[in-house]
Amino acid sequence: MATVLVLLERRAGELKRASLQAVSAARQLAGPSGRVDALALGTGAETCAAAVGPAGADRLLVAADAAFDRYAPETYSAALAHAAKDGGSEIVLAAGTSLGRDVAARTAAKLSTGLLSDVIALELSPGGLRGRRPLYSGKAFAWESIPQARPAMATLRPNAFAVTSTGQAAEVVTLAVPVVAARVIATRLETPPEQELDVAEAPVIVSGGRGLKAPEHFSLVRDLAKALGGAVGASRAVVDAGWIPHAHQVGQTGKVVSPGLYVACGISGAIQHLAGMSSSKVIVAINKDADAPIFKVATYGIVGDVFEVLPKLTEEVKKLRS
Amino acid sequence: MKIVVCVKHVPDTEARIRIAADGKRPDLAGVKTIVSPYDEYALEEALLLRESGAATEIVAISAGGDEVAASLRQALAVGADRAVHVHDPALAGADALSRAKALAAAITAEAPDLVFTGKMGVGDDEGQVGPMLAELLDRPHVGNAGKLTIEAGRFTAWRGVEGAVEVMEGSLPALLTWDKGEHEPRYASLKGIMAAKKKPLDVRKAADLGVVAEPPRVVRESMELPPPRPAGKILTGDAATAAHELARLLHEEAKVL
Repeated sequence: MATVLVLLERRAGELKRASLQAVSAARQLAGPSGRVDALALGTGAETCAAAVGPAGADRLLVAADAAFDRYAPETYSAALAHAAKDGGSEIVLAAGTSLGRDVAARTAAKLSTGLLSDVIALELSPGGLRGRRPLYSGKAFAWESIPQARPAMATLRPNAFAVTSTGQAAEVVTLAVPVVAARVIATRLETPPEQELDVAEAPVIVSGGRGLKAPEHFSLVRDLAKALGGAVGASRAVVDAGWIPHAHQVGQTGKVVSPGLYVACGISGAIQHLAGMSSSKVIVAINKDADAPIFKVATYGIVGDVFEVLPKLTEEVKKLRS
Repeated sequence: MKIVVCVKHVPDTEARIRIAADGKRPDLAGVKTIVSPYDEYALEEALLLRESGAATEIVAISAGGDEVAASLRQALAVGADRAVHVHDPALAGADALSRAKALAAAITAEAPDLVFTGKMGVGDDEGQVGPMLAELLDRPHVGNAGKLTIEAGRFTAWRGVEGAVEVMEGSLPALLTWDKGEHEPRYASLKGIMAAKKKPLDVRKAADLGVVAEPPRVVRESMELPPPRPAGKILTGDAATAAHELARLLHEEAKVL
């Protein structure tokens, strides 16, 4: 039994799936007799009711002031702190996205409370909120808890929690949130010209490394990613060499990913790369060197030349999917 | 313009992690330590701002026990003008808000126009200290920045969000947490390393800065290594045979196609 508040995140009016996952996780923590509040900010905030009710929210708190249409850490953290105090929340959750982690940390300082970052499991114990989280980008894991500080806060790694459906509708409650003056505000979003899937959220990732020999050969990786409906990843070596932007980097100083399928092409498997992808469900390694460390984490491995194997594999995948 | 850059002392990203006897913390004996890579990006951006004439002074600040001095010397070696070490061995195991409060005490005394941190310290991977510092210092912040321009007290920052870049505009003073940007961190030259020995490194006891020890809000219960992955299958034959077999296995056995 607990009162749990969830910060919802919308981009271009669209509610993020990671937010719904947080709502369902909140329902689990609150139990049937607890209360789950979801906070939506900005114009059209009330439209979230249809989605958050079934995912587990009892109430949708709406602060529809247009000032929230553009992201500002100061206004968002003030609103979240206000909603937590107003509703007597014992637990406050947010999706572990760029925005969620930003707002949660600032809010935790405002409320002088504890925050568990990027958890992959959550439970309520007599000792307070407990969360399991990756350390060193997944080289290790820890259980951490917040015994006394309230509200206990956590950000949830996207896709680590499932959306469950209860079929109830959420009660819409208008929340009068003070809008503070923001000294920095988001003015626009620049999306890459070719709308590429982001590795952090992709269900399938095909990554390339040094074994591709030259940046132009990344097309082989792109072709397979396209055939699989996945995102393009890369090792640190090729990002450092300027073959592909850092947004594609998988590993300890890049993105930590756990897709359903990860295909490593011409990647030897440095420790910092393995840390970033070894929790993927199925790992495929294609590399010339049979002793490459990547084969130690691979579900399936092909010891061979990426220039020969990749075109054939792309062809086979296309056949299967057609 | 004065910039404070916060640096954290962390195990090398290439290091293999072992668990200490208490079952809660990493065993760092014999592990090479480095300045957290995101802090290096932050420092590089600060150095470039000084080289362009926009900034006049760069102060590196770190909080912790004796061990963090090495990271401050490194920051001085690549070009920071001076360093402040908030000394308190207890901070190494303290929660993010306690560490942010210790840093905030030292930063307040410096009154910088800009505060830079990395987007997270690698290892703990929390990404909490930067935004918390901004709140404690009562200044606006941009998290995950990769690029910054400044003109007449106003700034524009580009920050990474899922699948896009968000452009933020604001006024100084401010705080930015840095992701990898457009610039590679420079290496310390031998001359820089020698010069760093003569640059001021001010060691201040946390208590003298008014930092009050607080009971931890976040408690580490246990730490474990990930379970080993079961042994995989190596597919043999020429490229066409292996590719065909792989596609079949992904479809029929792993059911991911």
